[in-house]
Amino acid sequence: MLEFRKEYFKDERDDRLNEVGQPRQRQDMLGHVTGRTRYFDDHAFEGLLHLKVLRSQHPHARLRSIDVSAAERSAGVKRVIRAADVPVNKNTLLSLIGFGKDDEPLLAVDKVRYKGEPIVAVVAESEAAAYAALAKIRVDCDPLPAVFDVEDAIKSGAPVVNETYPANTFEYHEKYNHQKLRFGDVERAFASADFVLEERYQMSPIEHAPTETNGSIAAPETNDRFVVHTCTQALFFSLGTAAKLLDLPSNRLHFIGGTVGGGFGGKVDSLTEPLSILGAMLTGRPVRYVLGREEEMLYGCPRGAERHYIKDGVMRDGRIVARKVTSYFDAGAYTRLSSYGAVKCIAHLPGPYTIPNVHADSYCVFTNRTPATAMRGFGITGVDFALEVQMDKLAHKVGMDPMEFRILNAYRDGDMKAHRREAHNCALIECVQVAAEKAGWPIRDEFRRMNSLTGGGGERAVIPATATDEVGRIGTGRPASTPPPRAPAMPIAPPPRVPQPVAAQPRVAPAPRPAPPAPAPAPAAAPPPREQPKPAAPGPQHGATRFSSVFGTRRR
Amino acid sequence: MTVQVKTFGSMSEAAAAMASDRGARFFSGGTLLMRAINEGDTRIATLVRATDPAYRQIRNEGAHIVIGAGARMIDILASRDLAFLHPVARVVGGPAVRAMATVGGNLFAPSPYGDFTAALLALDATVMVQGAYGGGQQTALEQFLAGRDRAGSSGLVIAVSVPRPASADAFRFRKVARVRPKGVSVLSIAAHLPVTGGRIAGARVAYGAMAPTPIRARAVERALEGRSLDAPGIAPALAAAAEGTSPATDALASTWYRREVLPVHLRRLLLGEGGA
Amino acid sequence: MAKTPVQFRLNGADKAVFVDGGENLLNALRRGVGDMSAKFGCGQGTCGVCTVLVDGEPQLACLTLAETCAGRAIETALGLSDGPNLHPLQTAFMEHFAAQCGFCTSGMLMAAKALLDRNPSPTREDVAEAISGNICRCTGYEPIINAILDAASKRGGQPSGEQGRARI
Repeated sequence: MLEFRKEYFKDERDDRLNEVGQPRQRQDMLGHVTGRTRYFDDHAFEGLLHLKVLRSQHPHARLRSIDVSAAERSAGVKRVIRAADVPVNKNTLLSLIGFGKDDEPLLAVDKVRYKGEPIVAVVAESEAAAYAALAKIRVDCDPLPAVFDVEDAIKSGAPVVNETYPANTFEYHEKYNHQKLRFGDVERAFASADFVLEERYQMSPIEHAPTETNGSIAAPETNDRFVVHTCTQALFFSLGTAAKLLDLPSNRLHFIGGTVGGGFGGKVDSLTEPLSILGAMLTGRPVRYVLGREEEMLYGCPRGAERHYIKDGVMRDGRIVARKVTSYFDAGAYTRLSSYGAVKCIAHLPGPYTIPNVHADSYCVFTNRTPATAMRGFGITGVDFALEVQMDKLAHKVGMDPMEFRILNAYRDGDMKAHRREAHNCALIECVQVAAEKAGWPIRDEFRRMNSLTGGGGERAVIPATATDEVGRIGTGRPASTPPPRAPAMPIAPPPRVPQPVAAQPRVAPAPRPAPPAPAPAPAAAPPPREQPKPAAPGPQHGATRFSSVFGTRRR
Repeated sequence: MTVQVKTFGSMSEAAAAMASDRGARFFSGGTLLMRAINEGDTRIATLVRATDPAYRQIRNEGAHIVIGAGARMIDILASRDLAFLHPVARVVGGPAVRAMATVGGNLFAPSPYGDFTAALLALDATVMVQGAYGGGQQTALEQFLAGRDRAGSSGLVIAVSVPRPASADAFRFRKVARVRPKGVSVLSIAAHLPVTGGRIAGARVAYGAMAPTPIRARAVERALEGRSLDAPGIAPALAAAAEGTSPATDALASTWYRREVLPVHLRRLLLGEGGA
Repeated sequence: MAKTPVQFRLNGADKAVFVDGGENLLNALRRGVGDMSAKFGCGQGTCGVCTVLVDGEPQLACLTLAETCAGRAIETALGLSDGPNLHPLQTAFMEHFAAQCGFCTSGMLMAAKALLDRNPSPTREDVAEAISGNICRCTGYEPIINAILDAASKRGGQPSGEQGRARI
């Protein structure tokens, strides 16, 4: 079953390892087969209460009034939780690492932005009692026009999904409404290419469908703490998110978990912990909040839909000379992790190939759909599918075998990547060769002799003259991929005033927005100046400086 | 607000309890009712059950077989007399569902469930209903289904009576699902096609998941009458395949898709092509 | 509303629980008895993670009305091993890496046990049919089918203590 191809890269590998490369039994396997592995729900609590949420029936609506009086009187109900009960009712998941603006309430305040958005939570003696109470809640709302397509969402005049980002695009470092990758001059390369191929690739949202639905149980513990058994894939992440939303010092939270009944990325958004903990805080009893199957499939966050436009210039001999990609990530109504997905996409382009001219734009777009999240290499797997289908089409266009086509265009060690890093430890060529061999797919000797260690560097290590642009600069209007707007450019709106709950004290006031930068001069033909490391902006939540090498800020 | 469960030893007692409480729901296999309770359907206040062994019995009465409404799919599969229904019972749910789901429950299963009922419809089955005061009546399944979802229908379904098919070959069934072997139907087709002298006589064709209840495909039946069971013979029937259907759009398939693939599967069923 | 007492045998031991009207067997086992091996996955009868045996037949505990189990013999995954000795199915699952997250495993084992108790020499198709009501999102099913076939082939003799014991 396991096969080692030790003839490859043998000078780079240490064969004296005892564990790596040896088959070993899973440490939890005995628990699995004896039914003793403890998932979050496999813990008994005396006096356990059950929490269920009332969800929006509309993809986009203004909330006029919510009447919970009948629910509060309903048999078995211990507490009804409203938006005003949430200490800090606005968050974005990556605020924990200082990335993005708080844009999502735990419970809806004045608006709902996707079908299924939680509005009110009921805590009761049983699930049946909670369901009965939910049915008695009256919500008065005015449906609003909704937008479901990423390109419609960025057109001028589209309904504003999320007022934190009034142009329906995430704003990267307050600079651009997308991520940019620029390397060389694609337009010049297209003009001299033998063939140009442009295609559009589209995928739907994908539901993780774990057999264990999202859920958590929170209970008051000794030492004035709350113990939380949770399905989360990211214990510290969820702890931090709950601490922020509930305005609790993190040492008052005791998270237990790491045993997940299928995560695949769908259990990182901390969908249930904040409310189950809040329920425990407000009732003084253990509270269980578990998504039902329908909730999980419909309102549990999916892998977001993606759309990619890929335009390639290729020569008759098979070399790809230019690649231009425009990617749209459908984040749904709130940012969650999609901002990061778009970053991963741009970091992955143009794929594992050496292409001398690359131009890519990656957008994180808001629509009135279920907020998207991580799943199995999100940001990469979708665009990879698009790239590889494109590679097959290109090979067909130039009349070349698709395996050989990939070997020809693959990175070699020493090549300059579009991100201005030298390629190291490349192995695509070897993978293609072994795959071809396994599949009985014949490739010519010339291609069988190629390898990742030779043929790279030299001319291929040079950073070319690169055309840059200021398209999509925050404060200057809509992105260039839409028709030029008739309306004048829209300035950034200040963050909306969220009515503060009476009892809550927000941890720190939101940081003041800097004034939008003046529009930049015309694009220069010269390569951009070497980037200086930027000091991180002070994170508003915890006082300490937050930094991240992923998001463009670096501490050296 | 917990549910009240009332259990009776005899069918007549259970029927009386159902008649006296219009909100009560009869609990047969429980596969549909328990799902509704689990998902928070607060309208279910009372469940009525019967432990009467007759409820589960399968009786061979010669030309037809009487199947107690409480007989489960595995009971059908264990009955030699009902071998012609084995292909149908075998594709209802997975093994555990088959150990729980009953014939009676299937009669009330909302589209796209109810494949077993579609098969019974093609076999001209009748439904035996027990009234509140001991009286009973027998209704053609088609009539029963037409009135099924109307509020105020009374009586308790205690059995179905199924005529034996004309020959082993005459009864055919096909379930179309995205997941095999188990999976909820995109659609299902049942057909009883007695052939005399190379010609179809007395065709019955029924569809599951092509309407709010299983329905007879009368235009197809008319188009098959007197024809031969080969490609040219069935052409008019295929042309009329979707007549009278009103399939829903649900998580499995759209109205358009169901109508689009129906004649393909009908053709395969009639010509005996491809796997079940 | 008053609760109903229900007595049954669970993995060979007498149990008694008090259930609410309409309460399902899954709840009665997990909250009433404390047997957490059967899981909640859907409440609709589509995923199979709640599969238990009732009088030897596979049933979905989430769709079973708890009080219908009075006097019955129920088996769950907790009853498979014999003290420290694993059931051949359990050993086979371990050896074939037939579990990753493990959430479907209890249900799979019970569905497999129902099969092997009835049909000691199943074909590959028989096995696929027997687990057709159990969803696994991790393994792709092949390791599970291989494990069940392997357990069937090894079941001839009694596994010795050493053979059946878990290797940690």
